[in-house]
Amino acid sequence: MGKHKSPARYSAAGLAWRGLRNKSWPRVWREPELKSAYDVVVIGGGIHGLATAYYLASNHAITNVAVVDKAYLGSGGSGRNTAIVRSNYLTPEGVAFYDRSLDLYNTMSTDLNINVMFSERGHMTLAHTDSALRTMNWRAEVNKLQGIDSSVIAPDEIKKLSPSLDTSPNTRYPILGALYHPPGGTIRHDAVVWGYARAADAYGVDLHQKTEVLDILCEGGAGPNGKGAGGKVTGVRTNRGDIHAPVVVNCTAGWASTIASMAGVRLPITTHPLQAAVTEPVKTFLPTVIVSGSLHVYVSQTDRGELVFGASVDPVANYDMKGTLEFTEELAGHVLELMPGLSKMRLMRQWAGLCDMTPDYSPVMGPTPVDGFLVDVGWGTYGFKAGPVSGEQMAACIAHESMPDLIAPFVLSRFTDGTLVGEKGAAAVGH
Amino acid sequence: MLLVPCPNCGPRNASDMSYGGEPHSRPDPNTASPEQWRTYLYLRDNESGWITEKWYCSSGCRKHFKLERHTLTGELRNPPLPGNKTGGHK
Ligand SMILES: Cc1cc2nc3c(=O)[nH]c(=O)nc-3n(C[C@H](O)[C@H](O)[C@H](O)COP(=O)(O)OP(=O)(O)OC[C@H]3O[C@@H](n4cnc5c(N)ncnc54)[C@H](O)[C@@H]3O)c2cc1C
Ligand SMILES: [Zn+2]
Repeated sequence: MGKHKSPARYSAAGLAWRGLRNKSWPRVWREPELKSAYDVVVIGGGIHGLATAYYLASNHAITNVAVVDKAYLGSGGSGRNTAIVRSNYLTPEGVAFYDRSLDLYNTMSTDLNINVMFSERGHMTLAHTDSALRTMNWRAEVNKLQGIDSSVIAPDEIKKLSPSLDTSPNTRYPILGALYHPPGGTIRHDAVVWGYARAADAYGVDLHQKTEVLDILCEGGAGPNGKGAGGKVTGVRTNRGDIHAPVVVNCTAGWASTIASMAGVRLPITTHPLQAAVTEPVKTFLPTVIVSGSLHVYVSQTDRGELVFGASVDPVANYDMKGTLEFTEELAGHVLELMPGLSKMRLMRQWAGLCDMTPDYSPVMGPTPVDGFLVDVGWGTYGFKAGPVSGEQMAACIAHESMPDLIAPFVLSRFTDGTLVGEKGAAAVGH
Repeated sequence: MLLVPCPNCGPRNASDMSYGGEPHSRPDPNTASPEQWRTYLYLRDNESGWITEKWYCSSGCRKHFKLERHTLTGELRNPPLPGNKTGGHK
């Protein structure tokens, strides 16, 4: 099945033509009526939900699909992240999975006809302790075995790549080395979200914003109202009415547990806010992405010149997306330890998003004890980079009713079987 | 900063405390099946709204206590103490 209408193509020629004729661009996606039944309902209009819908349509010709979001598309983590992409994880399962995502990001601008501004600027994770250096060496070896460009470099090389870093031995946490990953970089997250939304819409996928899921309709399960293990899903109840669907996919990241509990499913997830901040723009001086696990901070410079900072999640589980003063204070202190030259820079904005943290820092994907109710959650602080591969593999999982190899290690049942995929060493502050 | 009301010390900065998360009763390790044990270890309710959780007053009275917190509005309250019909919020 082909696209039922092609969206206006984005190109330099199109821009000039519209500019000269004073013509505006058409709406990017439709605002369709809410139908009472779909083949698949995807909950959550972030990168994971939109990519799943897009690949269902483009790779498997399943187009009778709705994506519902309680707010606007990209209102969750997908519009709040610091847009770092990389594949230098710690476990073979993680490396293979994230590397496929980098492949998809590499061709995304042409695939989706939107400039996603993927900038492969290199990603450096600093080691300030012997044990951190040991983990870096371990990661580098795992990465190299799987053909990933990743190696440990010494302080003089770090200084060459990023002269603004204080690599002297006289700091509180001297830099002993770094894991350097040249293919890592940053991307324009909004463009990715809009690109998937626009492309999915062109295939006939219905995108419903301001449509909040209030309940999941189930039958045959052991719990109240037919929910829970052994039952199957029949649809969702929203603030705009009921939708019947044999397949419902939970792509709600920080809100994942609230949706899962509507189906009587418990997840190995706690929701923690993650904060980030951005400075005023300055002349470009920072070529790579810098991450410091020991100092709980990471930084990159945008194409406009702002510095984007992030840290690790707030320690107390919460669904509230307020920023805190202690975050800014701690962040500034740690940033200055790394780059003393930034002391005069001003922060412009600070914000928070919700992260769905799992015990092993790996996601939870695929079937649940409720038939037809699938999850693509547990994305913690690192799930934006995984959006493309997750969408592709979840779509295959739905179309073929079986778990593809690439995501099989991430099933929910690993937590009761005891087969965890420990990525803490590569994902706790890494992003 | 979150001001956590310790039942002994009164409100203190959350940085004076250790956060314990959702309380779950531990199954007997001698009789629990691996599945029951891992459910206890890993699965969480993670509710949005009023929850009860564990805190430890690590820089103060060094007592463990339970606290009720609203995970969306940030409101905090002490649950009624056992045997104290007038205390607490109810
Ligand atoms: C500050 C910050 C920095 C980050 N930095 C990085 C990074 O550098 N690299 C990286 O890879 N990852 C990063 N992440 C993580 C990344 O942003 C997320 O893992 C990812 O965006 C999750 O995408 P998603 O589509 O699964 O969920 P989201 O984008 O969070 O979308 C979930 C959607 O579900 C909707 N929803 C919730 N409840 C309901 C309901 N009841 N009914 C209908 N809809 C509902 C929400 O409105 C939301 O739009 C960061 C996150 C934050 C907060
Ligand atoms: Zn106390």
